[in-house]
Amino acid sequence: MKAVVVNSVAKTFKAEKAVVTALHDVSFEAAQGELFGLIGPDGAGKTTLFRILTTLMIADKGTASVDGFDVVKDFKEIRKRVGYMPGRFSLYQDLTVSENLAFFATLFNTSIEENYDLVKGIYSQIERFKDRKAGALSGGMKQKLALSCALIHRPSVLFLDEPTTGVDAVSRKEFWELLRDLQKQNITIVVSTPYMDEASLCDRVALIQEGRILDIDSPTGITKKFGKTLWAFKADDMYKLMMDLEAMPEVRSCFPFGSEHHVLFNDPNQSTDAIVKKLNYVNLSVQKIEPSIEDCFMDLMRSK
Amino acid sequence: MSEEKVISVKDLTKQFGSFTAVDHITFDVYKGEIFGFLGANGAGKTTAMRMLCGLSFPTSGRATVAGLDLFKEAEVIKRRIGYMSQKFSLYEDLAVKENIRFYGGIYGLTDRQIKTKMEYLLHQLKLEDKANTLVRSLPLGWKQKLSFSVAMLHEPQIVFLDEPTGGVDPITRREFWNLIYQAAAGGTTVFVTTHYMDEAEYCNRVSIMVDGRVDALGSPDELKRQFHAEDMGQVFLQLARKAVRSAD
Repeated sequence: MKAVVVNSVAKTFKAEKAVVTALHDVSFEAAQGELFGLIGPDGAGKTTLFRILTTLMIADKGTASVDGFDVVKDFKEIRKRVGYMPGRFSLYQDLTVSENLAFFATLFNTSIEENYDLVKGIYSQIERFKDRKAGALSGGMKQKLALSCALIHRPSVLFLDEPTTGVDAVSRKEFWELLRDLQKQNITIVVSTPYMDEASLCDRVALIQEGRILDIDSPTGITKKFGKTLWAFKADDMYKLMMDLEAMPEVRSCFPFGSEHHVLFNDPNQSTDAIVKKLNYVNLSVQKIEPSIEDCFMDLMRSK
Repeated sequence: MSEEKVISVKDLTKQFGSFTAVDHITFDVYKGEIFGFLGANGAGKTTAMRMLCGLSFPTSGRATVAGLDLFKEAEVIKRRIGYMSQKFSLYEDLAVKENIRFYGGIYGLTDRQIKTKMEYLLHQLKLEDKANTLVRSLPLGWKQKLSFSVAMLHEPQIVFLDEPTGGVDPITRREFWNLIYQAAAGGTTVFVTTHYMDEAEYCNRVSIMVDGRVDALGSPDELKRQFHAEDMGQVFLQLARKAVRSAD
């Protein structure tokens, strides 16, 4: 049985005069114990999907199930089984750290002691602040408390909506290590992120943009499908290089990527020697490279 | 980039009670420079930036921003700089045009100046047919670009950008950086924070704060050499891991 099944789900919202389509025709499945990523920018529809899967919102069209239970008919059963960490900090700011955790444990008819082994790895990092009010915690600690609260009833599926947004590179890395540990406990994790580089940390990902899924595959599966020759260009004056490359008729796209520009040509067999000659730079390095998820995402966005 | 200093900071410090949020930071930023201001959550970036914008009074040290003394002329500084906050800073229930007019008024532009700016901006951002659309219904990427342009409305010498590209799609993120490059090429100094390490590479120079101090400062190439790192992400990880202070 698949842990999460989403089948042709659509959802629109009415905002005054305008109708906004948050999800067009979205389908995906996540297997039991899988770490599944929803990768996409703000406005992609990630939060709407989470709200439908956690039974907080009903889709206009399509069906969805979690742990084999239908999100509409069996919503009570689903609520018992899933853990949900919304994008916005949603704990009680005026309760202490331990009160928050005890509250969520009680809601699910369990106790902190009963499932302590599951949250230990995370909770032990904030336990020394257990008498501090949640509202007075730092961003990183709030995030760890929220994850502990989402886990305290030992859910079979965990939904994490942008847990790493606005979090620095070091804390992000640590958070993903926590998720990997949780996965070993056979918990299915569906996690969303706008950071493309985090896609490679998932078993499989759905790339999502403006309510449509661009592709679903393993991270390596996605990069293998890229199917074009990608070049990295580097020179002393990178801004000039970008303008010069963009102005060339041979260039299909040129995007800055850290210290390089990633370039695709209209002709897949384009000779870079000809380009180098045309550019006539003193220091210019050109290298054939493998695409990243972000390269794939942008190419899918453009070809859509 | 010229030799003209537009921000000069010496031993700038901010204490909250016994807690030193910003601990004797010293650096200069030059005219037309893109200056990346990096640090882990809680390293003191926001406090430092708020001081430089005249929003928080320093405990000690010296600083000039746009040639003005931060301790004596904070109110004048506010008029010479642009600021785009992490949280979106336009009025959602006003139309695109109304936001531009509103901020033009706030920054003391004349009606004629506002009119000229309005036409130029709507054209530049390709928002002509969205002029009367409520900002609320614009896609995030457009909001961010508009927000940046509004922060630049009064042609400030320096623009402060606090995580301007968070959550923005990868193509729009790059378009946004194009706006930054254009502003810098026009002589505006850009002071920018980001959590995207690839964006750190786009800066002329980068400073990295750890526990309230500036622990590294240099061009991306210099920093990569200094820390024997392949990219800015590795430089950042090496420095941020040394932090003793817990995340913000």
